[in-house]
Formats: sequence, C-alpha cells, structure tokens
Amino acid sequence: MTKDECKQVVLDIIADIAPDEDLSNVKPEVRLRDQLQLDSMDFLDIVMELRKRHSIEVPESEYQQLASLDSCAEYLTPKFNTLAAKS
Amino acid sequence: MNTTSHYDVAIVGAGMSGLAAGIRLAHFGKKVCIFERHNAVGGLNSFYSIGGRKFDVGLHALTNFVRPGVKGTPLTKLLRQLRIDRAEFALCEQKQSRVAFGPAGETSLRFTNDFTVFEGEIAGKFPAQIDGFRRLVAAIRTYDDVSLDIAPVSARSVVRSHIADPLLEDMLFCPVMYYGSAQEHDMEFGQFVIMFKALFLEGFARPLDGVRVILRVLLEKYRAAGGERRMKCGVQKILGRDGRADALVLDNGEEVTATHIISSIGAPETERLMGPPATATPLAPGQLSFVETISILNVQPAALGWGDDTIIFFNDSPRFDYACPAGPVGVRSGVICIPNNFDYGPEQKLPEGIFRVTCLADYNQWAPLAEENYQAEKLRWFPEVQRSARRFLPAVSDASLASALIATDMFTPRTITKFTGHIGGAIYGAPVKHRQGRTALENVYLCGTDQGFLGIVGAMLSGISMANYHILQKG
Repeated sequence: MTKDECKQVVLDIIADIAPDEDLSNVKPEVRLRDQLQLDSMDFLDIVMELRKRHSIEVPESEYQQLASLDSCAEYLTPKFNTLAAKS
Repeated sequence: MNTTSHYDVAIVGAGMSGLAAGIRLAHFGKKVCIFERHNAVGGLNSFYSIGGRKFDVGLHALTNFVRPGVKGTPLTKLLRQLRIDRAEFALCEQKQSRVAFGPAGETSLRFTNDFTVFEGEIAGKFPAQIDGFRRLVAAIRTYDDVSLDIAPVSARSVVRSHIADPLLEDMLFCPVMYYGSAQEHDMEFGQFVIMFKALFLEGFARPLDGVRVILRVLLEKYRAAGGERRMKCGVQKILGRDGRADALVLDNGEEVTATHIISSIGAPETERLMGPPATATPLAPGQLSFVETISILNVQPAALGWGDDTIIFFNDSPRFDYACPAGPVGVRSGVICIPNNFDYGPEQKLPEGIFRVTCLADYNQWAPLAEENYQAEKLRWFPEVQRSARRFLPAVSDASLASALIATDMFTPRTITKFTGHIGGAIYGAPVKHRQGRTALENVYLCGTDQGFLGIVGAMLSGISMANYHILQKG
C-alpha cells in the first residue's frame, strides 16, 4: 500500500462516520481536528473502524499519530504493509 | 432451554439508551443481547394502541433539535455515532412554544428553535434582567456538560447569581425541570445546562408519526448490526462474586453469562437486581411522577384557535414548586403539548387533533388503588387537569370542546412503572445521577436516565457514551 492509498482509507472511514463533513479539500499536513469538526468520539470511531475493516490495531497511547492525514499515512502504511506481508 | 448462552455484553432494557448502546457494540462486533421485560421497546418513550389508535407514552417533542449543518451538538454526535442519516428521523420543527405564568398566564415568554426569539421576549418583559440573563447564557454555553467527573452545584444558586427576579428564575426552571429533572425544588447545575441547551439553545422537533419512527430506526440499525433482542424476558437477578457479575438470572429462571452488563433500568433498580448492598444505605429512588391526559379531537386544534402553540409550560401560583404534590395530582403547574402544531409542511398533517396535558402526581396515592377505584380516580382527575391547562390557552367553550372530543386516555404513575420499571413511577429516575455509570460490581454499568444525560437524545447519547467508555475504548 502506498501512503496515498493509506490516506484514502482514512478519508473513506471519515466519510462514513461523519457524512456531514465536506472532505473535498482536506489538507494532508493540517491536523484533522483543525479543519473538520471531529471530536474524541469520532477519533475513537476511526480507530474502531480501522480494526473492524482492516484489522489494524491502534493502541490508545498512539492515538495522536492519527492527528493529520500525513501522520496517519506515516504511521499506518507500515502497519498495512506488515499485515499484507503476513497474509 | 439453552443454559449456556454467553454474551460479550448483556443489556438490561430496550429503551432509547439500551438500544443505542446495543447498536454501538454490535456494530463493532460484540456479541450483544438486550433483555426487555415489556412486550414493547422504548421504555418511557414507547407507544401503545387503544381502539386502533396509537398513543405515545413519553415523547412530547424530541429536544436538542438543530438544523442540518450545525455541528458538535448532541443530536449531531448521536447521528454520527449510530450511523443514522438525519433524514431517517424525518424531524419536523415546532411552531412556537411558551412559558406561561400567573392564574391566567398573564406573563408569557414565547420561544422557538431560534434562540433570539426567547432572548427578545426576556428583554421585552424583563428589561432589568436581560444583562444577567445574557451572562447566564454565556456561562451555560461554556459549561462542560458532558464531562463525566464534575462536582455538583445547585442550579438555583447559579441562576440566582445572574437573575434577581424570582418570576423569571421560576419561568426558566419550569420547562427545564418538567422535561428532565428527577430532583425536587432544585437541580444540579450540569443537569440544568443540559436541559437549557436542549430546550432553548437547540429546540423541539418531532417525526409526524411520533416516537415510533425513532424506535423503528434504532431497531433496524440494531438488527442490521447483528444484535440480539429478547422481549418479555426481564432480568430478575444479577449474580455477583468478588465484586464482579457472574451471571444474569432471567424472569423464566434461565441463566445467561456476560463479560459486561449495561443496565438502563435505573440505579436503585439495578442495585436491587444485585441483591442487598453489603454496607452502604440503598440508593434512593426518585419522588417525581406524572399523570398525562390525552384528548383526541375530530378537528385540527387550529379550528379551536389552538393552532399556534406546540408546547406550553404553565404555572398559576406566585412561585413555581417542582415537587411531589400533596394530593394525587398537582394541577397548579404542568405542560400542554399539541402534537399537531409541529410544522409538518403543506403535504402532511396528523389526521386527528391531539391535546395532551401533563401534571405532577404522587405515586403513593395511585399505587394502592384497587382497579375500580383507580378507574374512578382517573375519571375524577381528567377534567381537573384539563380545566387547569385550558386557562393558558385561548378560550374554548366546554360545549365546543366536548363536541370535538372523540376519545380520551390518561396515564398515571402506575403506567410509568409499567413501561419503565422505575420504583415509585419516578419519571426521570433517581435524584442522584452516576455520570461514570459505575455500580457496586466492576463489570456492571448504568446507562440511561440515572447516568444523567436527559431527554431522548440524551438517553441515546448516554448509551453511546457508556458503551464507548467502559467497553469499546478498552479494546
């Protein structure tokens, strides 16, 4: 998986949990919280959907790695690739 | 009979909060079962049929209504968390509501889903208080009302620090208390903030077909997520050992086990399921109960001149006292709801006129009545309640109202116990709330009215919050 594909995975999840947000201009380097109305319940859901859909585990101590799309891609892409290599 | 069922989570009660918790948990792959003693879902916010007509039990209006695009409020959070498209609730907004005080409603404050209307009314009728009112509203807006650990403060004392006129103070408390307070005379400020926002800063709406639309959406989400549900199957005991719940004993004697238990039935009620507490005094149930009269009319209320007001909170006395009345019913104050007066648009309307009036009642004077006396008391109080409420509406002659009347019903504190299981018909549960939902057993959590988020949106958010906090966040 590329980092761009990883960003799309995260955007797809956000689109499902917050369908009332406009995701057409999300800046990858800016914190998601600063450009979208996402609260801690929504971030919990991003983590839960990553586990449900992709079997990716994000421990609570590492939630801050999901702050922006860029940081999501840095943090999650290796996890996706490790998982793909195992299967 | 299967005696080896094990669930990740067992939920006691299929009201709004239990269903919402169930949807969250089932969506994220937990094996969940909701156990409901009644034959209908919804708890306090249920409905029943008499003579082919459906009556709502609890819901006058869904509070916390905000229009599409307004984010970060309870309604938006709950729609997101339960993956509900707001169109599914088909909410229609109120026309206008009022707080009417004085023997004939001489002082009246109108409000709508646009807060500036209410603010303007207060500026016009209480000009000396408007600055204080604005300070109070600013304090409410910045208060962290969803915090799960905040020290309780008297709402009366906070409101008095901003508002010096006792009439205005009482007029603010009346709606807030009637729509959610489990405590007499005063309430905790956090609870006041939740209700003030829900009623005034947000607003009222309703689906044309009432509460059953919302219940249908919840049931469908729960079913689609894979949740199980057992109706007419109450929980009679929670068996604990070493501070943890081991198993649930159902009304039919069957035992099931669960890793976690979420109970929506109330704090004292849940404590009773767990057996006598080892040391502490038992939790006190609430003292506040209601009666409601429901009149079905063969005309739209507008034809009687009652077409403007959706909800009216009324009080005829010098002070407003929210407390268990001395008699079976207290008719000095109450709430009128005219469900026809939501804006359903030009294409649809309720087929019949509906006029509902709620007043405070004393459970202890209703509970022991033999069936025949119970029916007689209902007949005696029905006209009293109506007469009191009609003082706050445009005058309609007894003869015109009688000729429009095609059916009536009345619910009492006994009805509330039947639908909710609450001890003492306590409409909003016990006065002491448990924000973190903890009980004497470490894997049993409360959700719903005794967790302390109020209104039906609050109830659903309570189920969501407790499922998140105690179960989903912990992986």
